[in-house]
Amino acid sequence: MAISDNKNLRTLRDIPVGQTAIVKRIHGSGQLKRHIMDMGITKGSEVLVRKLAPLGDPIEITIRGYQLSLRKSECEIIEVE
Amino acid sequence: MRIALAGNPNSGKTTLFNSLTGSNQYVGNWPGVTVEQKTGHLRKNKHLKIIDLPGIYSLSPYTTEEEIARSFLLDEKPDAIINIVDGTNLERNLYLTTQLLDLNIPLVLAVNMSDVIEKTGDKIDLEKLSTELSVPVVLISALKGSGLEKLTELTMEVAQTKKQTESEQTFLKFNQDVENVLDHIAKIAFEDTKPDFQRWYQVKLFERDQEMRDHLALDTNKVEAIDEIITLYEDLVDEDSESIITSERYRIINNLVKKSYEKSRKVKLSTSDKIDRIVTNRILALPIFVVVMFFVYFLSISTIGTWTTDFVNENIFDEGWFLFGKGRSAYTEKVEEYEVSETIAEAFETEIEQAGIKSEDATNLKVEVNLYDEEGNLEEVVNADYQAYQEASAAVEPEPGEFGPWIPSIPDLIDQGLTKLNVSTWLHELVVDGIVAGVGAVLGFLPQMFVLFLCLALLEGCGYMARIAFIMDRIFRKFGLSGKSFIPLMIGTGCSVPGIMAARTIENERDRRMTVITTTFIPCSAKLPVIALIAGAFFGGKWWIGAASYFIGIIAVIISGIILKKTKMFAGDVAPFVIELPSYHFPRMRDILRSSKNRTWEFVKRAGSIVLLSTIVIWFLGAYGFENGFGRVDDVNNSILAVIGSGIGWIFTPLGFGGWRPTVATISGLIAKENVVGTFGVLYNFEGIAENGWQIWQNMRLDFTALAAASFLLFNLICAPCFAAIGAIRREMASAKWTSFAIIYQIGLAYSMSLIFYQLGMLIQGKPDIVGAVVAGILLIGFIYLLFRPGYDKRLLKKSKSAYSKI
Repeated sequence: MAISDNKNLRTLRDIPVGQTAIVKRIHGSGQLKRHIMDMGITKGSEVLVRKLAPLGDPIEITIRGYQLSLRKSECEIIEVE
Repeated sequence: MRIALAGNPNSGKTTLFNSLTGSNQYVGNWPGVTVEQKTGHLRKNKHLKIIDLPGIYSLSPYTTEEEIARSFLLDEKPDAIINIVDGTNLERNLYLTTQLLDLNIPLVLAVNMSDVIEKTGDKIDLEKLSTELSVPVVLISALKGSGLEKLTELTMEVAQTKKQTESEQTFLKFNQDVENVLDHIAKIAFEDTKPDFQRWYQVKLFERDQEMRDHLALDTNKVEAIDEIITLYEDLVDEDSESIITSERYRIINNLVKKSYEKSRKVKLSTSDKIDRIVTNRILALPIFVVVMFFVYFLSISTIGTWTTDFVNENIFDEGWFLFGKGRSAYTEKVEEYEVSETIAEAFETEIEQAGIKSEDATNLKVEVNLYDEEGNLEEVVNADYQAYQEASAAVEPEPGEFGPWIPSIPDLIDQGLTKLNVSTWLHELVVDGIVAGVGAVLGFLPQMFVLFLCLALLEGCGYMARIAFIMDRIFRKFGLSGKSFIPLMIGTGCSVPGIMAARTIENERDRRMTVITTTFIPCSAKLPVIALIAGAFFGGKWWIGAASYFIGIIAVIISGIILKKTKMFAGDVAPFVIELPSYHFPRMRDILRSSKNRTWEFVKRAGSIVLLSTIVIWFLGAYGFENGFGRVDDVNNSILAVIGSGIGWIFTPLGFGGWRPTVATISGLIAKENVVGTFGVLYNFEGIAENGWQIWQNMRLDFTALAAASFLLFNLICAPCFAAIGAIRREMASAKWTSFAIIYQIGLAYSMSLIFYQLGMLIQGKPDIVGAVVAGILLIGFIYLLFRPGYDKRLLKKSKSAYSKI
């Protein structure tokens, strides 16, 4: 995967709780990528990291005005700026 | 006329469907899958059939629900689509709309939650929305029932007019470059023809949707030519085609919403946000979760559910009952008195027999009679003389009818009825002991199940269910289960049947199957008497036997999760956990009740037959046999069941309990697990045994070593559950193949675990059976291998790599 080639890439996983980021690109392919994009996480959209689950994973974000939950591992394919 | 109802999950689709159809609805399954299919007729117009599509976010080909919706729309071509969207979340909801529009099926957009929008002060320009999308738009509140008449009116209208003028296209246009590419694709794929759903296929071909390619049966040249164009364009914009389309759709929606949706200036934290702040708060979330789970368990297992289920089992289907409980306490008192008299009389008679005298001559005999309570503790010692004996033997069994309004049980009523009709004995017994008992076994679960489904529907309806998955995901996904598996496992401690049915709330099929297979490992309340029997007879009633049983159940769940996750059957991408956390809201009671009713009824339909049939079969095997020729036997020891037990008993020899008695007890445990104790009682010639079976502890100690008894318990805890639970598994798996896999796996796991346990136990005790120990060792190594080997996908990868290195 392209992601592992470049460790300096900033992904949604790196965004601390309470902060906002703009989506730059979704990496990978297949079901996960399609589903993430179907849910509205597309290039240019704004994501707010709302909170962590009580056990530290998954996380809750706000995207396009609604709440979405995803695992940290899944956040890694979402490149942000 | 057929209308498809489409929309996102949590958009109010179910509420709308219920409001439109009322009770004119039918619930079933979509062919071949366990996804619920609901169809109904419009209340006011019976000619209008409404098909409720599964709640979906997109028409992509990745989930079962999406595929169902796609193939329904393409193959069945409904006359119109009602697309319900959540007005408070237009952006994401309209995404599906843009895809539905590509199909060029007449569509009406129902913007839901008008009441909520009004409250927040936001404004939607319906006209603008309607002209931009070129479809009629109605503002509705599914909850309050407003706007529904206009919705049906418009739906009928579009469905009829569109039939006359089919040429018009309503889809939304992407940017010009993409449109050019799509035109190219159309030219190659369709040449000059104009197929149905042209726009849809154009876009899907661009997205390289394999299923749609197959659907069109394009020849390879065309596919390659199209692929070339797509790749060219992808390289140009540095994005893959699926992403290009998705981004385009959201870009269009964004513009649309900007033009037609005016957000009120008041930026206030919504009630839902406030609730969520507390409910999924890092510190409070777990305690709140525990409290909620406690209530679910309390309502469905500890109180209402069990009261009602016990009432059905013990009163309606067993003894009969007093109307409003009038006269029950007086009756119970008399019954207890009668039982004491009975015991005294029996003891006295035994003594007389032993003394070898006639009962008239026993006037000077004095007997000490021990009275025990239900658990086998000595309660009282009575010194009975001849006079006491005579009084005791004169006691008459109290008639319940004399104490209050007595309602006999259904079996009693049928029994009397059949006696009056004078039917032959075998038919009489078949009906009362076989069929009625089987029906009782099914119906007994219903009240409990209904209460549980009510709780689940409430949790789902108010939005908390998604949070349960959010909170518990971290723990459960390690074992290949879903965060939502917690509820089935918890309910399973009460009864596996509703536990298995609770797995319904897990969307992902793989997670659901895994949960269904493992739920029955958790000791249910019917297994408690078995635990009590073994603990009492062999371990001095120590509490830790019970604790260990639960621990073993949990271990079985965990190792099964890990082992099965790595098999080919459960292989594949991990299901994404990208799930919506919907706003909290009060669900409508009508919807909750309807869904609970439907789910309960489903159990009767799908599981009922299997439970009934198996109960009858086991009853027959236990009641018939060879005693002066084939026929009804009085002594179970002569039944076919006993013959089978002795025949296959050797199978259990390596587990330490090869006799026929434990085998027969295990088989009868398939009807209901608590039967194991009762059957042991009968097999040791003891009628009316107590729940923990204290009367036969002595006999059991002669037949079993403590190690063998523990092994027996272990086997019975893990092996196939009762028929009712098997029926529930059948219902949830919706496939005979998966059901048999589940049962065979459970029995196999139970057998190997007990074998390893028993043989290693013998080894530690210093009396190893060489062959047994070797087999146990091999099995243990096998377990460890299955637990720690790499997953199926990794194994595949390795294989292909090694093949590659050979070249």
